[in-house]
Amino acid sequence: MADTELVPTVIADNAHIIYRIHGSIGPHQSSPLSSFKRLVTRQKSTAVREVHAVKGASFVAYKGEAIGLIGTNGSGKSTLLRAIAGLLPVESGGAIYASGQPSLLGVNAALMNDLSGERNVTLGCLAMGMTPAEVKDKVADIIDFSGINERGDFSSLPMRTYSSGMGARLRFAIAAAKKHDVLLIDEALATGDAKFRKRSEQRVRDLRAEAGTVFLVSHSEQSIRDTCERSIWLEGGVIKADGPTDDVMKEYETFVKK
Amino acid sequence: MAQTTVVESYTGPSPKELARKYGLGTAGRLPSLPEYTRLLWAYRHFIWEFASAKVSASLGNTRLGMIWQVLTPLINAGVYYVIFGVLLNTSRDTHNFIAYLCAGVFIFGYTQSVVQTGVQAVSGNLGLIRALHFPRASLPISITLVEARNMIASMAVLLAIVLISGEPITWQWLLIFPALVLQTIFNAGAAMLVSRLGSKLHDLRQLIPFIMRVWLYGSAVLYPVTRYTEHLHGWKLAVIEANPILVYIELIRHALMENVELAGTPTLLWIEASVWALVVGIGGYAYFWRGEKGYGRG
Repeated sequence: MADTELVPTVIADNAHIIYRIHGSIGPHQSSPLSSFKRLVTRQKSTAVREVHAVKGASFVAYKGEAIGLIGTNGSGKSTLLRAIAGLLPVESGGAIYASGQPSLLGVNAALMNDLSGERNVTLGCLAMGMTPAEVKDKVADIIDFSGINERGDFSSLPMRTYSSGMGARLRFAIAAAKKHDVLLIDEALATGDAKFRKRSEQRVRDLRAEAGTVFLVSHSEQSIRDTCERSIWLEGGVIKADGPTDDVMKEYETFVKK
Repeated sequence: MAQTTVVESYTGPSPKELARKYGLGTAGRLPSLPEYTRLLWAYRHFIWEFASAKVSASLGNTRLGMIWQVLTPLINAGVYYVIFGVLLNTSRDTHNFIAYLCAGVFIFGYTQSVVQTGVQAVSGNLGLIRALHFPRASLPISITLVEARNMIASMAVLLAIVLISGEPITWQWLLIFPALVLQTIFNAGAAMLVSRLGSKLHDLRQLIPFIMRVWLYGSAVLYPVTRYTEHLHGWKLAVIEANPILVYIELIRHALMENVELAGTPTLLWIEASVWALVVGIGGYAYFWRGEKGYGRG
């Protein structure tokens, strides 16, 4: 490998991420009396809980790489992506460095459900920092790419009327409309139908060719194998393995089958 | 070639040095205040679109749609007219009480709705905050814009009420524009203040209705401002008369009505209104900006 190929785009250095969750009141605390008792006895409120989702992740990602993140449910994959995007703060002591502004596109990226697909496209593009002129140019392309209009004029209907697959396709199409230094994809490819999956995988390859780095979280083994040559396996917030996809997959599979 | 392997096996430079060498920034770094302001300006189209999206999302599933923007203040004024004008007949001792009352109700309502929705501006949009990257101050500012747009409809209703109640149109009416601009700056600051507080302290949302109720009684909305001078003295009176919402209400009454008794001279009121707008506007903005990094945590 030549020197020029190894330009780091994302560096994680001992990153710890802690979530605070409000409102998880247990069954024994639903009366005012028990809340009062808690205050008087100075017990730590169980309504605010901390979840240590990622525990000291360190890795370096380079330009042109596509990295798959695998792991069982709740292993911290999505949290790690959010931290790389700078949406969740990293606890002091560690840090995540990234080139440019990484963009996260996930199936649960909340757009406004009461608005039409078309207005959501405008809103999403503006939120990514595009100018209104750029947005105007791109709206038709994005709706075309998402394919939501294949069964009639859905783009003018509110998003709450969409099937989950259609919503995910539209969100993917919005995020993929912009060139990113670092693109983070959270399960987005899993929800579309086969035809859309093919198209979106092509788009991911195009984005990579434009010299970015792609992170992909997915439970579909196939889409990770198809798009990523490197994988990171997270388990309980700790990186268990990091290397070529085939090797990591093998380790992961023996772990899951246990 | 030897150097390459060093980088590859990741034993050479520390991550920090490596990041600096290739010009990587810390994810989620807090930008400086001028930098943040520029970023916010670059996102002005998003702020505007988000505000109009909010309006159409909230009224989109009602049959009357945008008509509600005018209907809400009309009904509001009607209810107060029935209670205070007809049932309680408070209007005996005050000149043109209906116009006096409606000016108070509408101006107070502006700040009230901004504070009430502002307290949830961050905590109610966590999904958006955790998914997309934009300066977070966009959220409380959009909320202020939404209410400012509602306020335009309310002002039209108010002007009609004032005219019907027999006040003449004068050049002084133009003073409502600077007064509303100052109040909007004040409101934006207040929205940013409560949205950061509300993102950390979820209990605040339960308290806001009571805080606003107390504020309502201290703002000379439902009864004439002269009540305070009759019953309060010294520092208590000073505190009441410096109340920002009271100041904004008095300015609107001064602009629209003849022979109205004010809490202070117009000059004093204008100075107070400007100071409040500057202090709360800039203070709220700086306070919100300090917390920018942590809003995603919830």
